[in-house]
Amino acid sequence: MLKFLKIFLPAGAGAASMLSLAYIAADQFVVDIPAPIREAIELNAAQAQEAKEAKAAAAAELAARNEELAVAGLAPSVAGGYGLGRDAMVEEIAAWDDDVRPDGQGLPEGSGDVWTGEEVFVEKCSMCHGDFGEAVGRWPVLAGGFGTLTRKDPVKTIGSYWPYLSTVFDYVNRAMPFGEANSLTPDEVYSITAYLLYVNDLADDDFTLSNENFTEVRLPNEANFKDDDRMDVEFPQFVRPDICMENCKETVEITMHASVLDVTPEETAARKAAEEAEAAAESAPEAAVESADAGIDPALVAEGENLFKKCRSCHQIGEGAVDRTGPHLNGVVGRTIGSNDGFNYSGTLADAGAAGGIWDAETLGAFLANPKSAMPGTKMSFAGFKSDEDIAAMIAYLQSAGGQ
Amino acid sequence: MDMKFKGTKPSRRSFLTGALAAGGAVASASVAQGQATPDPLITEKQPWRQFLGAGVDEAPYGMPSEHEAHVIRRTVPWLTADPISSINFTPLHELDGIITPNGLCFERHHGGVAEIAPEDHRLMINGLVDKPLVFTMEDLKRYPRENHVYFLECAANSGMEWAGAQLNGCQFTHGMIHNVMYTGVPLRLLLEEAGVKTNGKWIMVEGADAAGMNRSIPMEKALDDCLVAFKMNGEALRPEQGYPLRLVVPGWEGNMWVKWIRRIEVGDEPWHAREETSKYTDLLANGVARRFTWEMDAKSVITNPSPQAPITHGKGWTVITGVAWSGRGTIPRVDVTIDGGKNWHQARMSGPSLNKSMHRFYYEFEWDGKPLLLQSRAHDNTGYVQPTKNELRAIRGENSIYHNNSIQTWYVNENGEAENVEIS
Repeated sequence: MLKFLKIFLPAGAGAASMLSLAYIAADQFVVDIPAPIREAIELNAAQAQEAKEAKAAAAAELAARNEELAVAGLAPSVAGGYGLGRDAMVEEIAAWDDDVRPDGQGLPEGSGDVWTGEEVFVEKCSMCHGDFGEAVGRWPVLAGGFGTLTRKDPVKTIGSYWPYLSTVFDYVNRAMPFGEANSLTPDEVYSITAYLLYVNDLADDDFTLSNENFTEVRLPNEANFKDDDRMDVEFPQFVRPDICMENCKETVEITMHASVLDVTPEETAARKAAEEAEAAAESAPEAAVESADAGIDPALVAEGENLFKKCRSCHQIGEGAVDRTGPHLNGVVGRTIGSNDGFNYSGTLADAGAAGGIWDAETLGAFLANPKSAMPGTKMSFAGFKSDEDIAAMIAYLQSAGGQ
Repeated sequence: MDMKFKGTKPSRRSFLTGALAAGGAVASASVAQGQATPDPLITEKQPWRQFLGAGVDEAPYGMPSEHEAHVIRRTVPWLTADPISSINFTPLHELDGIITPNGLCFERHHGGVAEIAPEDHRLMINGLVDKPLVFTMEDLKRYPRENHVYFLECAANSGMEWAGAQLNGCQFTHGMIHNVMYTGVPLRLLLEEAGVKTNGKWIMVEGADAAGMNRSIPMEKALDDCLVAFKMNGEALRPEQGYPLRLVVPGWEGNMWVKWIRRIEVGDEPWHAREETSKYTDLLANGVARRFTWEMDAKSVITNPSPQAPITHGKGWTVITGVAWSGRGTIPRVDVTIDGGKNWHQARMSGPSLNKSMHRFYYEFEWDGKPLLLQSRAHDNTGYVQPTKNELRAIRGENSIYHNNSIQTWYVNENGEAENVEIS
């Protein structure tokens, strides 16, 4: 297949052949040409002939290839392409081309130290990954797990499993924080990466990671990755033309039942809940909707719904909403602060609720504008909405989608 | 009685009450032999025979019958940390033939479903090319198109079953797969347009979603049969399947079929992205991890009967059916056993046999009402035969999560109820 691509490359040879042709034309009129020049011209003529032949061969190869493609019902190639699409601009490539490879290709200029990394991590990552990468709930564990890869339940972390540090940088930069991807500065990504090395005991607390020293860092498990060898190790064993069809074994015993574990989701329960919700929706239609939406600007609600995308990774709202990384937000407007049964609130929110605090336009407004200053110590990592309009839209949406 | 079974799965609880249900099933079977009283559905006039039904345009985009409301994708909540970077499963036990309906194709997102208007979508090719390019959807639709039916299987399909039988239902054990006809442009044509430099040996494909999903693919595969697709089963891709544009990587693990594809970078080395190092690598018992395990091995599963689709008609003629597929080509043969592998029978293949597509098989037999141990094993056109779970464990251990293509066993009891088991 690669050979096939090369047929588009001899374009450069075209220029050389033009030059030779000029010499040959000149040759018609000039009688007395010194030997070295004549030799050069002959050489050029030979090259021109070669290029011509190569071009013809390429065209023939393309034609033959297209014939094969046609027989297979596949789309034909055109020499030099179909001429569709447009040139990508340098600025456009720069805007999107931010991937990073193990050899350091793609690393932006910048640096970050462990201490800064800890601050950023605790603020933006710890609500899912824990303060030290130990993870909350089923979110990925990022640190530790050394020596567990051969055990029954291996703990595959950056330190114990990942082969390359560039993967950490690339992934954090492109996909984290979950729910607000692509929002970190290069320095922040360097600092988070440095912190993740530190919590894995792979860097000291005074370590600074930068584009200068990045490729010097090697992760301990790199050598334990091998390319797929199934074709050598497994395939020959499982090609079995004479596999047994009759009397293949004497006895058969059941060695394990799934029902012993009973981890299958209960369909009947799910269906019942759906039916109940449907019945409820049918029996109490417009009245409920009206009371919840009375006086709320639908445009504002729609705007709030759009903004809620930033919250969705941690919070649920609406039918069937449950606590996740953050508490569910049904009925949050007008609710006592920190009052979802069973949710593990930070001290500040629990205290505010115990003191009789209510989420109203004022408290919610202040919290959404700057969570960390309104409720110091909150585990919510969100930095806050910048405009009053966004805050109004969010409160309108919470009221509309979550009821009062 | 029959209706009650539909769409339910025999949990341990319903297993215990199964005897009760069996009485009904057997009774209805005997009733079918000789009717004691006339069937009112025949003797009495039914409203649908008398009164007019809905006219055209009642549903400008048609939906399945309300009686099929239980035929839906389902999730297993405990599998993932949250419902956005999560997965649901195709209801294989409710489907027949080889094509998966668009609305039932399983979903796996890493950053939720990206909402992109087609006019706002761009595809960029950059890196080791003569001409870095940008395409709009309109540009792409001016290239010659191809149509192909391919299965897409998540590498983690059946991944929960390594350590033992876990989930009761082929939807959950095998439902991270779908099989649709794609319409799209060969990736080869786009790479030729940009002109790959001689040292361009790999591409990195990247999605426009909040995960920025990225994977490395060797150039040879990229130029061979990959497609940039915009239609599935004749209509636009569903949003959850990458609307408006997705990559199709025939026979290779689903994670590489990047949805909402926005960029292709050509390089001289692989990128070792998160989804090809931390995830989608297969950890063996000795601590070594296999990487770049792209190809999907041959696999099959009996979809009916199965835990969510028990036998409800009692003894007598019974249809066993299932699906089989291979990332290496076609499935010329599937064997079925009803006695746990003592004796095997060649199943009947039905429907088109297409390269890297799902295949449908049937095995009809007269059930004597005794318990069954059902298995199927696929043979692909390379001669590879689907292995047992223990054979795979002997090579890989129990920690590899991905690429579990082993033989599945269903135990069917006297009542026709089925359970996921392992056998000796």
